[in-house]
Amino acid sequence: MSMLRRLALIAAAVVTTPAFAQPPQFGQPIAPADLAPWDISIGPDGVGLPPGRGTAAQGEAVYIVQCHACHGEKGVGRPNDALVGGIGSLAPGSVPVKTVGSYWPYATTLFDYVRRAMPFQESQSLTSDELYAVSAYLLHLNGIIGRDDVLDAQSLPKVRMPNRDGFVLFPRNPK
Amino acid sequence: MAGQKRHAEPAAGNGILSRRLLLEGALVAGVAGIGSGASAEPLKVQSWMKIPGAGFAGYGQPSRYEEKLVRLIPPPPNPATQGVGAARTPLQLLDGIITPSGLHFERSHSGIPDIDPEQHRLLIHGLVKRPLVFTVEALHRYPMQSRIAFIECGGNSQALNAPQALPLNVAAIHGVFSCAEWTGVKLSTLLDEAGVDPSARWVIAEGADSAAMSRSIPLAKALDDALVCLYQNGERVRPSNGYPVRLLLPGFEGNMNVKWLRRLKLAAEPAMTKDETSKYTILLRDEKAWQFVFPMEVKSIITRPSPGLALKGPGFYEISGLAWSGNGSIRQVDVSADGGQSWARAALHAPILPMAPVRFRAPWQWNGGPAVLQSRAIDDTGAVQPARGAFAAERGLRGVYHYNAIASWRIDEKGEASNVYA
Repeated sequence: MSMLRRLALIAAAVVTTPAFAQPPQFGQPIAPADLAPWDISIGPDGVGLPPGRGTAAQGEAVYIVQCHACHGEKGVGRPNDALVGGIGSLAPGSVPVKTVGSYWPYATTLFDYVRRAMPFQESQSLTSDELYAVSAYLLHLNGIIGRDDVLDAQSLPKVRMPNRDGFVLFPRNPK
Repeated sequence: MAGQKRHAEPAAGNGILSRRLLLEGALVAGVAGIGSGASAEPLKVQSWMKIPGAGFAGYGQPSRYEEKLVRLIPPPPNPATQGVGAARTPLQLLDGIITPSGLHFERSHSGIPDIDPEQHRLLIHGLVKRPLVFTVEALHRYPMQSRIAFIECGGNSQALNAPQALPLNVAAIHGVFSCAEWTGVKLSTLLDEAGVDPSARWVIAEGADSAAMSRSIPLAKALDDALVCLYQNGERVRPSNGYPVRLLLPGFEGNMNVKWLRRLKLAAEPAMTKDETSKYTILLRDEKAWQFVFPMEVKSIITRPSPGLALKGPGFYEISGLAWSGNGSIRQVDVSADGGQSWARAALHAPILPMAPVRFRAPWQWNGGPAVLQSRAIDDTGAVQPARGAFAAERGLRGVYHYNAIASWRIDEKGEASNVYA
């Protein structure tokens, strides 16, 4: 084999090797603005909360129209989950009544869940003002905020839930 | 036949025989009561041998004589919220380890979405160098992997937390557990393509159902063995199990194996979604609750004999069941016919795979008297399935989720089996 041919082969190998080593890349890049309609996550720090505001007084009307049929008068539950009450029922030996008020550690979770999954027959249909208002109503029924306290992107993450410190990490997770 | 005689001798109390009887395929003729003694009816040529059978079907179905082989679907608490709840696998009517796709358990929070795979998208974003969108067609172009894995709902066996044993069968107690061969793309491949930011610790996974069911997954698991599944038992994932794309996190609680996967957001902290705070947390004896309980710990159940499958008189029976661990492979299963006073090792059937169920079998000579059947699994981390008392002593019985204590079937003199605490 001539020196020239040998060099050509080496050069070809150098050129073609990256093509073989390249993992497949079939994802399409997307701009942040274009994915925003899908990004409905809201963390406990409140990042992701939309503009808007509402109070418990305003939220009562939303609740009656959108939630009452499944969650009962003032969130007492039945036929679906109870949303109100049970505070103190986690005590040792008690039968726990786990509701938004007695068990949920973060108020942001309430907003996030109602927005993504409720009302059951028409998810993601409430306006941001309605979401803040109905969240305020449920927190007020649980005695956590006042009837006229305003919930918005700034105040909601600051709401201190009664069971905020009720959770510990499972001790036997894989390392 | 000295060997046979040895095998037919009891290996544990109340008639449990040596597993070697099964392992070595030894004849069991030496075992008393093996046959009924009565002669068979004279044989006749059946009608279906005299006329041609049916033609071909595009998609095959079980025999019409197997109509009772269906999932158990408890009524929803509210008829208006259909699709909330579970369809439970009739494990007592199955054998082997693979669950037929139409019988795989289903737990849904807002029904089964009718997803057009052409329009479905998987988004990876958050703490990544470049957000990416994948079509289902694009996902099919990646190298794939297959593995046999169980999925167990975090709420499986929760009926056994009840103070009194309830008259329920295998499907009603343990039926949100199934196993399939899953095939798809390693999640780490897709995350590498997006470029994970060093500050990311969690992946928030979200489904395309109308509850947008969402869970936070530790990044280490996502980069380890998480699979973005396109196939279930060789065919495309069933709608009830996440068509066209579901996440598989081998060994982790079922709820985290997000179905209809549409979005993965890399984050520094967990999102504290509804299902990882208000649900799937374990309230302990005191006021604290365990959160982020990932692996389904070592467990076994006897599927046969079991409630509804009555024994037909004293004699030889095979005790058969499933054992699994979300932390590894099953090393050993013991069975007892005297409520845990004495134990013998069951035979384990290959394959024995990590995060997959193992079929175990033990020969049993039922003497017609009362018996309490139990099984106890040990995994390859050395973890032993706890007795109900030890389980309750650690965490109480208010936890609802991740119940993995030893379960008991009482056999009465009629051969009927029932759920008991023993």
